[in-house]
Amino acid sequence: MTRLKAGGPAIAKQGILVAFIVFMIAFSLMSDRFLSLDNFMSVFRQAAIIGVMALGVTIVVIGGNLDLSVGSMLSFATVLVVDLHDKIGPELAIPVMVLATLCLGAINGFLIGILRLNSLIVTLGMLSAIQGLVLIYSGGQNVDIADQSGTWFAIFGRGAMFGIATPIIIFGTMALVFHIIMTTMPFGRKVYAVGGNPTASVFSGIPRSRVVFTTYLISALCVAVAAMILGSRVMGSQNNVGQGYELQVLAAVILGGTSLLGGAGSILKTVLGVLMLAFIQNGLILMGQPYYTQWLVTWVVIIVAVWLDVAAKRGRLFSPIA
Amino acid sequence: MTDTPQQPALRLQGIVKTFPGVRALDGVDFEVMPGEVHALLGENGAGKSTLMKVLAGMYQPDEGQIMIAERPVRMTTPIEAKAQGVVLIHQELSLVPEMSAAENIYLGELPLKSLGRVDWTTLFDRSNAILKRLNCKFRGEVTVANLSIANQQMVEIARALTVDARVVVFDEPTASLTDSEKVVLFDIINDLKARGVGIVYISHRMDEIFTLSDRITVLRDGAYRGTLTTADTNEDEVTRLMIGRSLDLSRDVNPPKLGDTVLEVRGLSCAPLFENVSFAVRAGEVLGFYGLVGAGRTEIAETLFGLRSPDSGEILVDGAPVQISSPQSAISLGISLVPENRKEQGLVLQMSCRDNITLPQVQDLTSGPFVSSGAEMEIYEQYREKLEIKSPSWRQTVGVLSGGNQQKIVIGKWLSMKPRVLIVDEPTRGIDVGSKSEIHNLLRELAAQGYAVIVISSEMPEVLRVSDRIVAMYHGRIMREFSADDVTEDSLVQAISGIRAENAA
Repeated sequence: MTRLKAGGPAIAKQGILVAFIVFMIAFSLMSDRFLSLDNFMSVFRQAAIIGVMALGVTIVVIGGNLDLSVGSMLSFATVLVVDLHDKIGPELAIPVMVLATLCLGAINGFLIGILRLNSLIVTLGMLSAIQGLVLIYSGGQNVDIADQSGTWFAIFGRGAMFGIATPIIIFGTMALVFHIIMTTMPFGRKVYAVGGNPTASVFSGIPRSRVVFTTYLISALCVAVAAMILGSRVMGSQNNVGQGYELQVLAAVILGGTSLLGGAGSILKTVLGVLMLAFIQNGLILMGQPYYTQWLVTWVVIIVAVWLDVAAKRGRLFSPIA
Repeated sequence: MTDTPQQPALRLQGIVKTFPGVRALDGVDFEVMPGEVHALLGENGAGKSTLMKVLAGMYQPDEGQIMIAERPVRMTTPIEAKAQGVVLIHQELSLVPEMSAAENIYLGELPLKSLGRVDWTTLFDRSNAILKRLNCKFRGEVTVANLSIANQQMVEIARALTVDARVVVFDEPTASLTDSEKVVLFDIINDLKARGVGIVYISHRMDEIFTLSDRITVLRDGAYRGTLTTADTNEDEVTRLMIGRSLDLSRDVNPPKLGDTVLEVRGLSCAPLFENVSFAVRAGEVLGFYGLVGAGRTEIAETLFGLRSPDSGEILVDGAPVQISSPQSAISLGISLVPENRKEQGLVLQMSCRDNITLPQVQDLTSGPFVSSGAEMEIYEQYREKLEIKSPSWRQTVGVLSGGNQQKIVIGKWLSMKPRVLIVDEPTRGIDVGSKSEIHNLLRELAAQGYAVIVISSEMPEVLRVSDRIVAMYHGRIMREFSADDVTEDSLVQAISGIRAENAA
């Protein structure tokens, strides 16, 4: 039995941080373009969309549920905001899109929080239902914005403030706000309690249904923000633009060490998970690897991270019992 | 037994086991002779379970020796331990509910035919032979999920008998058994004993230990405290060894200073759980609810806490009728519930001690939009002191605390809400003797401070000890109400068995 040495478990608990640093060093050695401010900024910018969505999903998962519908919800929200942009103008298109997306989140929240149906089944169903909804809405046509250089809508995806790209600012600000909510505000405490032990939460007078409902609204809100960044950056949208995002988002959340059993996890570590995935993808591309190698490498990284995580809890690397 | 064997069936010598920050076992010696029942006693956290896991090959000791028939052995897995004839019967059943009893009995070593097919005929024949030896009334073909808890335990025991066991370890085997089922279990243990098997018996229940065991070994704080011959000792001596002091089991005789009726229930029904239930509880008294499991006591408590809605009847708080539609409304009326199942209903195990205590009021403990850490610490410190909660720090996750301290956390959680009525369901289930009497004293004290306390319990000594009045329930109905002065054990037993007072007289 390979026992971790004293102090070992403490390091393994920070497995994600250690792995992150190892990757950063490795990539820096292998590509001279990797370690540059420009490259970092571009990685951050690309990570922002996945990142914003991962923040919401982290809260859902800490609350003891899953959200697999965020990918097609992103398709829905992006198609909607881009399509409405030219029809009713961005100042109306944005609130309409946000409200519509929140409605989808409310459906998730109602089915899972109030009716207490299994979140995997509900959101997996929503994944395909919403994709269907998008196709019905668009009639299968891709949409785009006619006046791509003249609209102020460009600010979300293409703009910058103080020399920092807007997506990075949005992601950073939201991460900070969510971190504060989850660590210092009553709502955050309730989410941890409900995810940790739903029955005991009810026995403590916590309105469990309402808390779960709210986590899905938050998740939908994050998707709406991500859709603004994505729509604004591309200035158009394919019908299935968000396809596969749900898995990348979930990968980032798991990599950040948030327990799929609920009740444990951290917003800041999800940010780390998001950045790690983004840097791996970036590093592999800089090394001239075809983009699909990142799928394989990502999988390996996640498995190792999860393994180190459980090993730290068990105190040993291999264990026949829990 | 005719010949007296000289060699112990199993001997542990100077076992040391440390975990990061804890010395769980500190040089423990323990031995079992063939044909002996050796009881292992100690409070929660004294190291009994760790010792048993060492025995069963789940943990490796850091120091010390395990000897079977005086030969040193090394066991690294439960399978190796079983091959050496050491079998552990778990406190929590470890059966696969979807499989048949027979498959469970031979799990991992199913008899096989060619091509790896299961030899069902042999499997069922062998299993039924073992079950018959145990006087079981069910057959090996039955699916485990359809068996009662007691019968599931029989399957677990049957599993131990598939090998030629030298030593069988029973870890709290009677925790979920009825009295008649216990008798069957004790017969089996005596039968094993007669066949020369060494028995290690772990239990909190003194009466069982004194009925069954030949010797008693006591652990405290991971250290060996001594071995006593059962015939030459008494409960008092064992308890003192176990908790390091004597227990005060007397009931305080001061008559309660009764206040007004705080909670009254009139004709409350929730078919088929309970029917036409009426009672009242006044500030300053403890009302005990006694009855068998399933008599409807917990369901009444859940109704009062807003977790169930009644079909009919009235609930009055301070004389005014109220609607209790949710735990939140119960809490705002000053009713709180310490639930029956601490780990599942009472605590968020991975949360800290402090956060568990403040959980029901976290919404209100704020300065601005933020939870006020200062206010939380104040409440935590106040109840840690008041209830003598032993925890290294407020940050400690409650999952690792002992049962007694966990229960205090749940009680503290509700006291911090300043309730008028405190309902406590099975206050000492799975709690060791020392903490048990502490919690009993605490309940008495709370009544003296003016709380209206309702205690639901299945343990007669507990009900008798803490209650001022006792309500006896049978099949969802209140059979009789006793005052502490006129209650006798006989009349209580009759009442909860459905025998009416007039017939019994």
